[in-house]
Amino acid sequence: MEPPDQALVEALAAIVGPKWVKVKTAERRAYEADGLPTHASVPMLAVLPGTKAEVIAIVRLLAARKVPWVARGAGTGLSGGALADPTSVLIPLTRLNRILAIDPLNRRAVIQPGVVNAKLSEAAAPHGLLYAPDPSSQSACTIGGNVAENAGGPHCLKYGATTGHVVALDVVLANGELATLGSPQGESWGPDLVGLFVGSEGMFGIALEITVRLEAIPAAIRTLLSDFTSVRAATEVVGAIIGSGVVPAALEMLDQACVKAVEASIYAAGYPTDAAAVLLVELDGTIAGVAADSEVVEALLHQFGARTVRSADTPETRAKLWQGRKKAFGAMGRIAPDLVVQDAVVPRTALPDLLDTITALGRQYGLTIANVFHAGDGNLHPNICYDHRNPELRARVEAASEAIMKACIAAGGSITGEHGVGADKVDYMPLIFDPTTLATMCAVRRAFDPAESANPGKVVPIHYCREWRPGIH
Amino acid sequence: MTSAILSRLKSTLGQAVSQGADGRPQVAPDSPDGLAAALGIASEENWRVRIGGGRTWMPDDAPADVAVSTVALNRIVSIAPSDLVATVQAGVTIRGLADRLAPHGTWLAIDAPGSPDRTLGSILATGTAGGVRHRFGPIRDQVLGTTVVTGDGRVIRAGGIVVKNVAGFDLSKIQVGGFGAFGIIVETNLRLRALPQARHALVATGDLDRLANTARDLVDAAIDAIAIELVSPAATGSAAWRLVVDIAGTAEGVVAEAARVGRVSAPLSWDPVPGAGALRSAIAETALDGPVTIRAGVFPSSVPDLADLITERLGAGRMAASMGRGGLRWTGSTRPDKLIALRHLLAAREIPVAVERAPWPFRAETGHFGEFREGVRPLSSRVRAVFDPRGILVSPIDGANGG
Repeated sequence: MEPPDQALVEALAAIVGPKWVKVKTAERRAYEADGLPTHASVPMLAVLPGTKAEVIAIVRLLAARKVPWVARGAGTGLSGGALADPTSVLIPLTRLNRILAIDPLNRRAVIQPGVVNAKLSEAAAPHGLLYAPDPSSQSACTIGGNVAENAGGPHCLKYGATTGHVVALDVVLANGELATLGSPQGESWGPDLVGLFVGSEGMFGIALEITVRLEAIPAAIRTLLSDFTSVRAATEVVGAIIGSGVVPAALEMLDQACVKAVEASIYAAGYPTDAAAVLLVELDGTIAGVAADSEVVEALLHQFGARTVRSADTPETRAKLWQGRKKAFGAMGRIAPDLVVQDAVVPRTALPDLLDTITALGRQYGLTIANVFHAGDGNLHPNICYDHRNPELRARVEAASEAIMKACIAAGGSITGEHGVGADKVDYMPLIFDPTTLATMCAVRRAFDPAESANPGKVVPIHYCREWRPGIH
Repeated sequence: MTSAILSRLKSTLGQAVSQGADGRPQVAPDSPDGLAAALGIASEENWRVRIGGGRTWMPDDAPADVAVSTVALNRIVSIAPSDLVATVQAGVTIRGLADRLAPHGTWLAIDAPGSPDRTLGSILATGTAGGVRHRFGPIRDQVLGTTVVTGDGRVIRAGGIVVKNVAGFDLSKIQVGGFGAFGIIVETNLRLRALPQARHALVATGDLDRLANTARDLVDAAIDAIAIELVSPAATGSAAWRLVVDIAGTAEGVVAEAARVGRVSAPLSWDPVPGAGALRSAIAETALDGPVTIRAGVFPSSVPDLADLITERLGAGRMAASMGRGGLRWTGSTRPDKLIALRHLLAAREIPVAVERAPWPFRAETGHFGEFREGVRPLSSRVRAVFDPRGILVSPIDGANGG
């Protein structure tokens, strides 16, 4: 591994202090991967700014020296989106972790990008408010990372993904320009640049301050746990619930492989291990509304063949029902050294057939694929346990992942619902977008980052970025 | 010039080309590819192009060499009721779409201001949401994907038909509310909702401040409404302000929630409006009762002050404000300089003002947007150049004197 350019190290140290420039091999290796186990890459160095001004100074320095860079949150991403190669500087933003303001009257918060997702809801709770997007990694992931990935979570079925909750952004673009996008109320000073920036996977710039919408904590929340002897029946009731007009806060499913893994772990939640699928439905709102919706949903669950329906209304009993779902990834992680959590979306009506297809692909490639996913919005998470030290097994995991993606695309779906494209899925992009659209994405990126120095090589295959350029640069 | 343009367009687009009443060449292709061909030619020739739809919202008066219309792009391509998704071309009217969705037990949660004969393209391009944004969010939340023709005739397909999707940059966002500056939306994938069993509105009449306080109490009590809107006297033909609460759901749920509205707001009295649809249409259509419509990004808590200020600065107009989400729309008659001065004043209070609709000389001077925050104007220009490299699409997103 090449030692980093000493002049650059000194210039960065002059901005943040020597302590926050990580150049030793062991220090750099700490950043070689995110939550995706199949990709690894050691950055040239890591620099950890502690203030907004330091971030701006770092970006301007790197722009002047034409050094590519990658911004990073907590490194919980599942698409390799925050990996930096040895020619790039990594900028972890975890020190920028202050909640700058909470405005209970107007239900807004202003935060720095390194604020951990769950910490914002904790801080808002005394005001009767919460921050709705709740990715499974919410106890660790940062909201800056959520902005980059347009993160979702179980409750985005009702409340929408990150993009619906960010109203304004102070950003530094890769060329060092500053911009204030959106406004606290949510109306924009110009075209919707906030909407374009959220989900840009760190390729447009860095969000320095983020203004988000907070929601009122619902007066009533009820969680229903039901189990089915057929995966098909469990997926079909999902469409019936949504079609009934009830909008659950969350609608989550675990298949038998996943339930067995959970119940064999320290996270055992009392899910029936002989069930083909377990369905969690959460309803929230007014007391009367939740009661009325529960009647509708319970009737549908029984109509579609649920063996049992358990109901919980208190935080403790609800947490017990959720435990298996929330800890599913952890439970599966203990089965094998490595776990790939795939992410794809299909129209809800395609779920029954898709799950059959995934089971068949598991058999074809000799892999156990467990499914735990956001059934309400058709967002699948096939989980594949494996050991990365076995190259033959790794090749089968990659082949199965690709086959799953192609099946989802054939069903009218998309290659990612909430994890992002990152490094992992860049090669699948031409399967869902034509060359003209891909080239336009590249051109839009260059409007924010003319030198293409922010998070290079992610999202769009590089050769699509060379085919069309407007005469503006 | 005109005859040369006509013959060049006709040679490629045939019957889609005609000469308008003002003598200007008009093109109304019936396919995205046809529209792309028209723009490809216009771009090559450097002709200025203005975009129109059903001509019920924005005056079709921008100076241009060619007028391109989306009215012949009027197909509902598909409706998937079980997935609650529809694919619809831009020239479809909001009324036509609603009529086709209802038999499937679905609806599109958009109650845009203006006529029911407004086209979806117009609503999306201007980002004009109505009162139900309280529950369902702004226009952009109803859009899953777009097909857009750029100023140089490329066809771009962004997003998809699934309700959750983060593949690639979200190019649809810049189109919705982009006033046609970033290309022409020709087709869109829309998120639908299950049609509620029952809908019922409650209307209270009274003093602005009192009604605003009531609205705040309703929001704090988490009243399950799809719209909570304050409407100015002129907008409803009433002598006083009105607070309109629109409730939808099961028949029993609607009755129960209406009763809760009464309890939370006691002793205020409410007039019931069963069905609510006619009332909502009436409010929407008042946005046409004047040549200029603006929207201001204001928090609900500041709506009464802003309503007073706008009345003082621009004159009496038809106003409607969402008391959950915020945002106030004003329609009336005013001058560009007054709007620019108001916009400047409100910028100091962090309240952006967009011109949603106005005659050409007005919007050319004010721009649809103005008082741009740091970095927004150059960034918008660079993004615009991606979608319209030769700058042929006539859309004054930033005006001559908009600030």
